[in-house]
Amino acid sequence: MNEKKLVATRDAYGKALVLLGEQNPNIVVLDADLAASTRTSMFAKEFPERFFDMGVAEQDMISTAAGLAASGKIAFASTFAVFGAGRAWDQIRISVAYTRQNVKIVVTHGGITTGEDGASHQANEDLAIMRAIPNMTVIVPADAIETEKVIKTAALFYGPMYIRLSRGKTPLVYESKDGDFKIGKGIVMRKGRDVTIFACGIMVDKALDAALALEASKIDCRVVNLHTIKPIDKELIIECAKETSAVVVAEEHSIIGGLGSAVAEVLVENCCVPMARIGVSDMFGESGKPEELLVKYGLTSQKIASAVLSVLKRKL
Amino acid sequence: MISKEKTRELEKMARQLRRHIIEMTCAAVSGHPGGALSAADMVAALYFYKLRYNSQDPSWPERDRFVMSKGHAAPVLYAALAEAGYFPKKYLKTLRQLGSSLQGHVDMLSVPGIEMSTGSLGQGLSAANGMALAARIDKKDYHVYCMLGDGECQEGQVWEAAMTSAHHRLDNLTVMVDRNKYQIDGKVEDIKNIEPFALKWKAFGFNVLSCDGHNMKAIIEALDRATDFKGKPTVIICDTVKGKGVSFMEENPLSYHGKAPTPEEEKKALEQLCHIEEFKI
Ligand SMILES: Cc1ncc(C[n+]2csc(CCOP(=O)(O)OP(=O)(O)O)c2C)c(N)n1
Repeated sequence: MNEKKLVATRDAYGKALVLLGEQNPNIVVLDADLAASTRTSMFAKEFPERFFDMGVAEQDMISTAAGLAASGKIAFASTFAVFGAGRAWDQIRISVAYTRQNVKIVVTHGGITTGEDGASHQANEDLAIMRAIPNMTVIVPADAIETEKVIKTAALFYGPMYIRLSRGKTPLVYESKDGDFKIGKGIVMRKGRDVTIFACGIMVDKALDAALALEASKIDCRVVNLHTIKPIDKELIIECAKETSAVVVAEEHSIIGGLGSAVAEVLVENCCVPMARIGVSDMFGESGKPEELLVKYGLTSQKIASAVLSVLKRKL
Repeated sequence: MISKEKTRELEKMARQLRRHIIEMTCAAVSGHPGGALSAADMVAALYFYKLRYNSQDPSWPERDRFVMSKGHAAPVLYAALAEAGYFPKKYLKTLRQLGSSLQGHVDMLSVPGIEMSTGSLGQGLSAANGMALAARIDKKDYHVYCMLGDGECQEGQVWEAAMTSAHHRLDNLTVMVDRNKYQIDGKVEDIKNIEPFALKWKAFGFNVLSCDGHNMKAIIEALDRATDFKGKPTVIICDTVKGKGVSFMEENPLSYHGKAPTPEEEKKALEQLCHIEEFKI
């Protein structure tokens, strides 16, 4: 197998912001003392008059972003996922979502691969709590190439958005920048007839690996990148469930409330098929290397492959 | 200097706002009269003396902004917006009813003239800062005003925001605190004391003014001093009485934080709030 090309989604974010900043003087960026980590520092360097480091004050950052947006700005606000979604949830709910402000909350360090910092810094619940807020669009790009597209799209789309990125360098699942990105429209990464694996973020790559490994057992897996958790691509989910009659969902998030839940909600009301979820079970993470944690918490291509075998057994 | 006649006119408007508050909350059989009444003079001074706006063009980019951070004081803001011509006064009595634009707490998407939705206390000053920062980027000279409750100042975010205002030396921002000394569960000093209050704001980097929040001339003077002041944001701590203008609410502010007057109480309150000119006739 070829060596995978690794690029951090947050690096793609930092670069995309600088490009957008050049094109659109209305773009402003806020951070909460993590600008170097989230890569908003790249924007800060180029456009200091449009960058606000709000200090360690996530709640203030989000409502300030809302005030800037209410005055015609496109406000990107960044910090780590735990602090962006968790610490400022009520501010996102009232100042940003209830008002439909043009605020893009772009967080890095999503999920367990935040690694060594441990449970306090590993956001495994953010998608659940963001998805529950009306007017909110929730996106988890699969790689750095998709991240660039998502950030560019976000600047054109009017309204609140939560975009979750990772800390580490992650494999590119796209070979080129071709191909459209549409909010709410999943992407079939690989055709297949026996089972559909829906995934988002870093799990798309692992789903593709699982599908490849299952070829040897003559199992034909479809892999779908459901980058948009909300609004969920209901049509595509139903179509895939009908055509393949079995579903596995893989996400770097708690099995409660994230992509798995969103897919299950669609299936249970429209097309019940055997389904299995890969995600962090209902528990906190811990310190460790990202790769070690992925293994310990069951977020691997092997786990996805066994989940496929188990749903296929339940398929009549 | 503001003329005697203009001051009279503003006092009359404040009384009119209070009458609306009583009628609206009575009709709604719910709502927050106490903290709306305490803010009526300040809101009258803002909307009928200080703010630049065009009620026929609510999103006029040059307009001054007012953020009502204590969103439960919605009735006084709705009353002022209606009197300012943003929407017909007849809508006031739909407050809090199903299908009405006049939501229980202010909602910028449903009522023209409202700059920020609030209701979850503590968020308004941050949003006001955002507007003041935007003015600076856009080189616009509009001024941003934000009203806070004194109980609301127990929220940590208020002080995060205060640091932001001061750090960026937002002299295009004026904060008004409705210092009515009461919150829901009791007196602010008994629940969790916020004193030394003026010193806190000073220490946070504000130009601190204070005034009698029911003396129109004093409010006007403080507002003018605030907008003249350069180099720092200004806070005006307005000493007020919760339930101001209605004797039985002033005497029992805890009962009327979030309780509407009954029709009998409404009658009594409106008698007390009648305009002197009308009284003479
Ligand atoms: C974050 C939040 N917590 C609690 C409440 C419920 N609440 C509404 S008004 C209020 C008291 C506010 O006191 P103050 O700011 O002094 O208002 P005023 O007395 O002027 O009405 C509380 C606790 C709320 N609206 N928001």
